[in-house]
Amino acid sequence: MNNTASMKSETLVSAAHLSRYFGKLAAVDDLSLELQRGEVLGFLGPNGAGKTTTMQMLCGTLAPSTGRISIAGVDLLEQPRLAKRQLGFLPEQPPLYRELTADEFLHYCGRLRGMSRAQTGDAVIRVKGRCGLESSGSRLIANLSKGYQQRVGIAQAILHRPAVVVLDEPTVGLDPIQIREIRDLIRELGEDHGVILSTHILPEVQAVCDRVQIIHQGRLVLNENREQLARRTGQRVLRLGLHRPPAQEVLGALAGVQQVEALSEGHWRLTFSTDHGDAGELAARAAAEDWGLFELVSEQRSLEEIFVELTCGESYAENEVPAEVA
Amino acid sequence: MLSIAARELRSLFLSPLAWVILAVVQAILAYVFLIQVEVFLQWQPRLAGFPGAPGLTAIVVAPVFHTAAIVLMLVTPFLTMRLLSEERRSGTLALLLSAPVSVASIVLGKFLGVMAFLGCALILVALLPFWLLLGGSLDFGLLAAGFLGLVLLVAAFSAAGLFMSSLTAQPTIAAVSTFGLLLLLWLLDWGSTTGAQGAGELFGYLSLLTHFEALLQGIFDTRDVLYYLIFTALFLLLGIWRLDGERLAP
Repeated sequence: MNNTASMKSETLVSAAHLSRYFGKLAAVDDLSLELQRGEVLGFLGPNGAGKTTTMQMLCGTLAPSTGRISIAGVDLLEQPRLAKRQLGFLPEQPPLYRELTADEFLHYCGRLRGMSRAQTGDAVIRVKGRCGLESSGSRLIANLSKGYQQRVGIAQAILHRPAVVVLDEPTVGLDPIQIREIRDLIRELGEDHGVILSTHILPEVQAVCDRVQIIHQGRLVLNENREQLARRTGQRVLRLGLHRPPAQEVLGALAGVQQVEALSEGHWRLTFSTDHGDAGELAARAAAEDWGLFELVSEQRSLEEIFVELTCGESYAENEVPAEVA
Repeated sequence: MLSIAARELRSLFLSPLAWVILAVVQAILAYVFLIQVEVFLQWQPRLAGFPGAPGLTAIVVAPVFHTAAIVLMLVTPFLTMRLLSEERRSGTLALLLSAPVSVASIVLGKFLGVMAFLGCALILVALLPFWLLLGGSLDFGLLAAGFLGLVLLVAAFSAAGLFMSSLTAQPTIAAVSTFGLLLLLWLLDWGSTTGAQGAGELFGYLSLLTHFEALLQGIFDTRDVLYYLIFTALFLLLGIWRLDGERLAP
């Protein structure tokens, strides 16, 4: 396990054609995913898309109806005990015993994962340092604030140095400073572990993830790494306000314009292909032809828009409640 | 498995419930004990004349153990109700299920934890008769048989409670259904006196009470011991099966 070179390309999680039915409802439908060591995978989806079900299946708390899962090369369904050694899981609701102190709880978790007493002692000190819990060890979990409880939850998941860490909405209910700290921690974890991060907070994904998978109605609708995603979000969008606008065709004929959208009286949104859409050029043109430019704003296509585009299109058509995006 | 048991025991002792239960059980049994000592003192002159009359242990210890069985039947559901339902409700079941332990060791660990606690309660109860050594002698064989009976009985109670706890996320529901089941099995004996011959025997056999009474009288019959062992194993297996089934199919 000390060979860093081979660690880089090691596949930690490979799940193939996972499906899970609850009665007739397919919560997860033919979903495959892979996770490499040193990668943070963002797992996105609107509420009820099947995120939590997938997490549960990956962690062995729920058996898939069909499909295979292997964790660090060990089949989770055939050798669950061996596979689960490589797994750290923080469910949506942190699994804490409120009547124990943080130290007692972490020791219990270590023993539960089959670590010796001495190993556990060292590991508890290590994760407490990592999660900022040094001064909270002897406090009852029930008396810790939500943010610290969440940290204990994360500490529990990384205690036994698992190859794979699965975090289900780890920053829910935290204050902005704590969120930033937890994100730093996740990025740090991503360097030597593989992390699967389920969330519906999009900036979080942009901040920490190397790869994004979007799941909608139990199916995978997007699987792209950071570069591919950057290309998607790389399209330039300019919003401009004109007192004396030319005809829409004139705007459409500008170099590199892909789409012209009339917003309101005198407001337009122009979408340019990559490498086009210099705001300065547009301003010069507007001045030269006396369009009465009074507003020029550069917009970036965000992950949020991609997310909405992928997950809401059908929903609106089927007249369902649109996806909730935090 | 042992660490699960240790945590369970620890959590029990961290809650006031455990201490209250120990105190209540001990107070009630001490009272019964004193009454029986009084009874024995009244009867002693008359008993002295009969050969083969019941001795000190039979008169004092048997009723105490009998009451202990009833009190523990009332109390065990409160101890077992939280075992799995609370884990399910607080989400800690996910911690256990995602850890490298089998479902069987989760259930057995929980069972051992509760048994360790009830063992403490039973040892306190068993210590009562030792006061009699101050002024008399005890039939240790009878005492041991009675104690064994109590341990087996309590194991059966706990296993049933554990299973009931695996069915629900509401501790209260687990407690009430455990209590209902235990009481029914206890009272099943009544049915054995009425009804058809075969059914009566069957009910008598299934009753938790009949097998315990034999042991209280000092009759060590493998069938009685086996009854409790099978009963306990059955409910533990049901618990394992139930918890495993939750993972598999909806």
